Amino acid sequence: MARVLIKNLVKRFGKIIAVNNLNLEVKDGEFLVILGPSGCGKTTTLRCIAGLETPDEGEIWIGETLVNDLPPKDRDIAMVFQTYALYPHMTVYDNLAFPLKMRKIPKQEIDVKVKKVAQMLGIRELLDRKPMQLSGGQQQRVALGSAIVREPKLFLMDEPLSNIDAKLRVYMRAEIKKLQKDLGVTTIYVTHDQIEAMAIADRIAVMNKGSLQQVSSPDELYDNPATSFVAGFIGSPPMNLIDCSLIEKDGKLFLDAGEFTINISDLRDILETTRMGSEIVLGIRPEDIIILQRGFKGKEDFNANIYTIEPLGLETIVTVKKGNKLLRIRAPRDFRANINEEVGVLLNKQKIYLFDAKTGKRLYI
Amino acid sequence: MKKLVLSQMIVRNLLDRIAHIMQRILLHVFLMAFGFVMLMPFLWMVTTSLKPRELVRSAPHLIPTHFHWQNYVIALNAAPFGKYYLNTIIVVLGIVISQLLLSSLAGYAFARLRFPGKNIIFLILLSTMMMPYYITLIPSYLIIRTLGLVNTHLGLILPFLVSAFGIFLFRQYYIGFPKDLEDKALIDGCSRLQIWLYIYLPLSKPCLAALGTFAFLFAWNSFLWPLVITTDPDMWTIQLGLAMFSGKYGTEWTYLMAGTTISVIPAIALFMIFQKYYIKHLALSARLR
Repeated sequence: MARVLIKNLVKRFGKIIAVNNLNLEVKDGEFLVILGPSGCGKTTTLRCIAGLETPDEGEIWIGETLVNDLPPKDRDIAMVFQTYALYPHMTVYDNLAFPLKMRKIPKQEIDVKVKKVAQMLGIRELLDRKPMQLSGGQQQRVALGSAIVREPKLFLMDEPLSNIDAKLRVYMRAEIKKLQKDLGVTTIYVTHDQIEAMAIADRIAVMNKGSLQQVSSPDELYDNPATSFVAGFIGSPPMNLIDCSLIEKDGKLFLDAGEFTINISDLRDILETTRMGSEIVLGIRPEDIIILQRGFKGKEDFNANIYTIEPLGLETIVTVKKGNKLLRIRAPRDFRANINEEVGVLLNKQKIYLFDAKTGKRLYI
Repeated sequence: MKKLVLSQMIVRNLLDRIAHIMQRILLHVFLMAFGFVMLMPFLWMVTTSLKPRELVRSAPHLIPTHFHWQNYVIALNAAPFGKYYLNTIIVVLGIVISQLLLSSLAGYAFARLRFPGKNIIFLILLSTMMMPYYITLIPSYLIIRTLGLVNTHLGLILPFLVSAFGIFLFRQYYIGFPKDLEDKALIDGCSRLQIWLYIYLPLSKPCLAALGTFAFLFAWNSFLWPLVITTDPDMWTIQLGLAMFSGKYGTEWTYLMAGTTISVIPAIALFMIFQKYYIKHLALSARLR
């Protein structure tokens, strides 16, 4: 087990900056997920930690060792790849034994370790098979096994669940989380799937365009996003983000979205420092909006028309349209309405988030 | 109404099946005719090897009335064919093994390693494939003579140790391997050479079989280079031995064909064993183009 420290990491590919001055600390035994969209630099960061890419600037520490100049094999790490990267000409046994053979561990010891890991992962009866003869889930287990068998200081996982079907993915992510807790090995896990990240991480590092946006626990990330990017990335459905201007009318404070205005006079103290007329992004989660239908209207912030209704069993996701703006709302499962029906929309002012439109940073915490 | 539609469907189905069968028959007739054209020289070779000496000069018959098996005994006793076979096997093994190893290693380097000038070096290597073999004959002879390797097995093997075509073939093959496989091997503790040995080489069977077949046929049938580089009959290969039956004043066709039949057996056997890999390779080459 080891702590991982990344200081001012920069990685460029030609003129493209893949990772831009990244600073990150992963605690001993922690399960950290690096989350972000495609091309945000998360896999490049992982590959730099593994030693598969050479950083242009910065330092990477694993435990007490500066590993910048160490080859991958000397970093005492194990990596699970998106494609599993099982050796197709070797049996499951040989795949598990290969990293140990390369380290010249005695045969008897290899046999004991391989069988122990196979037992742990429930793949003992597959030891004589080749990877081609295994299902996606079984291949995934073998890939995990070949990482575990060496008992490394650090696990690196690069979207290991992307290639398996949705049902198995949910099961496997729980397995991985349990396995990591049982083994207690520091783990850095890369994914673009925010639900997966929320489900398994101790902490999540959100990246965008090569830069770190926020590192927090899943709950903290959901409740207190530091930027509009994080706010829009975390949550399913994601937070509604609406471009607005801050205006003052008759001594009251409003957010003007063009098609509608919202009275936010209660937030006056918080917004003191912000100039009137400045561009602001209003954020509100789907569960913090209420739809008012016939008989309940009168208290709404504005009226809108039903655009789509998506019944999901447990709940119903309703999209309403006001002018050219769409808002997604989480409604009860028994919600009924007609398409294009006019409804009232009420926002929970205590739960709105305001972001600077230029910097994307949250205007208050 | 329903009955009419049903009978129309049955008739259409029947016509489709007849058209399909006719297509298959035509295809097979064409392939059989083409196959016969390809087979004819081999058939002529084998039947000629079994004809009496004098019959060859009379009106041509494909199948002889009497089979002269003693032609084979006479042909094999006419020269030390055992020695020629041994020489050929040594040369062929040397060429095939070295071409497979070196092409695979160089192909891996060009496909996976990063080094300055990699693409330019590869282009230069490819350009050597456009150079006719005969241009290199005299310089090769002069080098081998300077090294004192005339009339040696090494002299017969040396110019063909590496094949630009083989390197190209392996490079293209290895480029298609998932990069993750290499990354995982690096993390698992392999050096580059170990990655080639433990991962890439065992996964190269189709490529090894295809290049092995090419190299074998080339080396087995090679005539000009052994003719240039050997003056001592003890160093002759099988192809030079067979040429002995063609004299200044005539050719002993029956004995020549008997010797040739014996000499092509290994090539045909090899082709049959590795046929599926050879076809796989052709498909691979077609895809690359």
